[in-house]
Amino acid sequence: MSGLVLKGVSRDFGPVKAVKDVDLEVPNGRFVCLLGPSGCGKTTLLRMIAGLDAPTTGTISIDGEDITHQPTHQRNLGMVFQSLALFPHLTVGGNIAYALRIRGLSKEEQARRVEELLALVHLPGYADRAVAKLSGGQRQRVAIARALAVSPRLFLLDEPLSALDAKLREAMQVELRQLQQQLGITTIVVTHDQREAMTMADTVIVMKGGEIRQAASPVEIYRKPADTFVADFIGSTNLIDIIRDGDRTVLLGRSSAVALPYGVSKATLSVRPEDIELAAPSPDLPEAKITFVRDLGGAIEFFLDASGTQVVAVTSPRARPQVTVGDRVGLRLDPAHSVVLTR
Amino acid sequence: MRREPARGLVQHLPVIFPGLMLTIFFIVPFGTMVAVSFFRRQQGGFYVPDFVLANYARFLTPFFGNVLVFSLYLAIAVAVVSLVIAVPFTYLIARSRRQTQVIWLVALLSILSLSEVIIGFAWSTLLSRTAGITNLLVWLGLMGAPQALVPSFEAVLTGMVYQAMPYAVLVLYPSMVRLDPTLTEAARTLGASPLKAFFTVVLPALRTTLIATLIMAFIFALGSYLLPQILGRPSHWTLSVLITDQALYQSNMPFAAAMAVFLVLVSLALVALTMFAGKKLEA
Repeated sequence: MSGLVLKGVSRDFGPVKAVKDVDLEVPNGRFVCLLGPSGCGKTTLLRMIAGLDAPTTGTISIDGEDITHQPTHQRNLGMVFQSLALFPHLTVGGNIAYALRIRGLSKEEQARRVEELLALVHLPGYADRAVAKLSGGQRQRVAIARALAVSPRLFLLDEPLSALDAKLREAMQVELRQLQQQLGITTIVVTHDQREAMTMADTVIVMKGGEIRQAASPVEIYRKPADTFVADFIGSTNLIDIIRDGDRTVLLGRSSAVALPYGVSKATLSVRPEDIELAAPSPDLPEAKITFVRDLGGAIEFFLDASGTQVVAVTSPRARPQVTVGDRVGLRLDPAHSVVLTR
Repeated sequence: MRREPARGLVQHLPVIFPGLMLTIFFIVPFGTMVAVSFFRRQQGGFYVPDFVLANYARFLTPFFGNVLVFSLYLAIAVAVVSLVIAVPFTYLIARSRRQTQVIWLVALLSILSLSEVIIGFAWSTLLSRTAGITNLLVWLGLMGAPQALVPSFEAVLTGMVYQAMPYAVLVLYPSMVRLDPTLTEAARTLGASPLKAFFTVVLPALRTTLIATLIMAFIFALGSYLLPQILGRPSHWTLSVLITDQALYQSNMPFAAAMAVFLVLVSLALVALTMFAGKKLEA
């Protein structure tokens, strides 16, 4: 198939298995985020795609061409490093033109392409500036322009926005996504920031312990997490035990409308805080006591204690129920908006 | 950042102390030397205060001119060869594991504990016909008969490079270790082979350090006066050898001082030229 294909890729560092038997297909033009906590193998996976690290087993191919053992400099990539790795001895223009100079393009062609790329990343006329004199966001843009100089087959970014402050980071996420759509280039971003992944990606790949836990669209990952790790890692969620008791299921000490799959006697229910509604206490509903209220202005979080289980519910200020710390309330969980997780 | 000007003795102390040390240990001896270079030598005696230019005039002969040119040539050769060997060596050390780094650095620094005399005689033995490395080559069948490699220019160069190497590595090592390894990786993703990345990214990024190393090895080699005598012929003697000879054996302090002053001026000019060239490269 066309695009990037990884088959059974593993990487061992001595006794440590950093990446375990990963299968992955990225169709051309797709924006993919590798998401996971630190040490989950996402950076190692990216480095193997770049050729900066070799897989212990498995194959990597692009458009059917096996590149597992191809040296990095022949892969025609663009990569943005976490440290950005801008060459300190070159100007902005020199950095961007580096790949063109290596390929022996004429001075005029280099200068023309540099101006094109600087315009693309909204830094026109910066070619003669020293890299050290740029702000964090500007350096980021230079690193992106440099990686795109030769129209690479793959655009790889390793935690590209982690050095920026929160506001700039959000702006750059949107900008990066727009840039990718404009160029239609296959892009793989490594990040530990789930908001970043949700903002930019067509496909989010959640990794843990060197394995892929789920690969799906951001909405699907959020709405239909594959397991408790994914549910907890993406956004915030309530993980509540649910038990089969004869013909019915029991949730927080009350009988529940949620059905368990056949043969499963015990599972975890993932309910997003915004899917829990606070109601008047009733014998049909699980009961909880409000332990803390956090009013964030745009949203109000209720911290609840439901017979020993911590539950968080979020409402908008308009729908705010008239309750306060110490009150007892009933919890209305919508089965349609909750996911039963058996692992 | 703006600072209040220092007031009173206590606040000036951090400047006064180094200033005092510099005066006692550098300006006074150097000033004395400059003064002596204008004194008049007394035949059979020492020297008397005077102001004559005879010492400098004597220096301006083809013989001393040739020695000066050879001294500079040797020092430049030592600096360049040391750099060419030390750069890849230090780069490989800096990229290896911590444990390996320590072993190599300790081994290298142990050279500093050897006296120049021992280094000189060790190399003269190693390069001799009777016990030298040519015997090893004969044994391996690479050479017909053992050969004496001393005294020669190459022997002098080898000994001095050997001596200058630890210093060159010491100057290079901190910058090489601190150099971001992702710079080379970035160059590779942009299409540069590892070797090309080394020449287009690593070396230019370390330019200032390379120039500093070059200058240090040059000045270090310029002051060497034992190795040229042990490993070289009289034609390989440097100005430092002649200065020693004049000062210690001919008791001609004023002439020795004049040569030393001249050597300092010429080397300062060369250092300035190197730094200027480095700045030009940067622009």
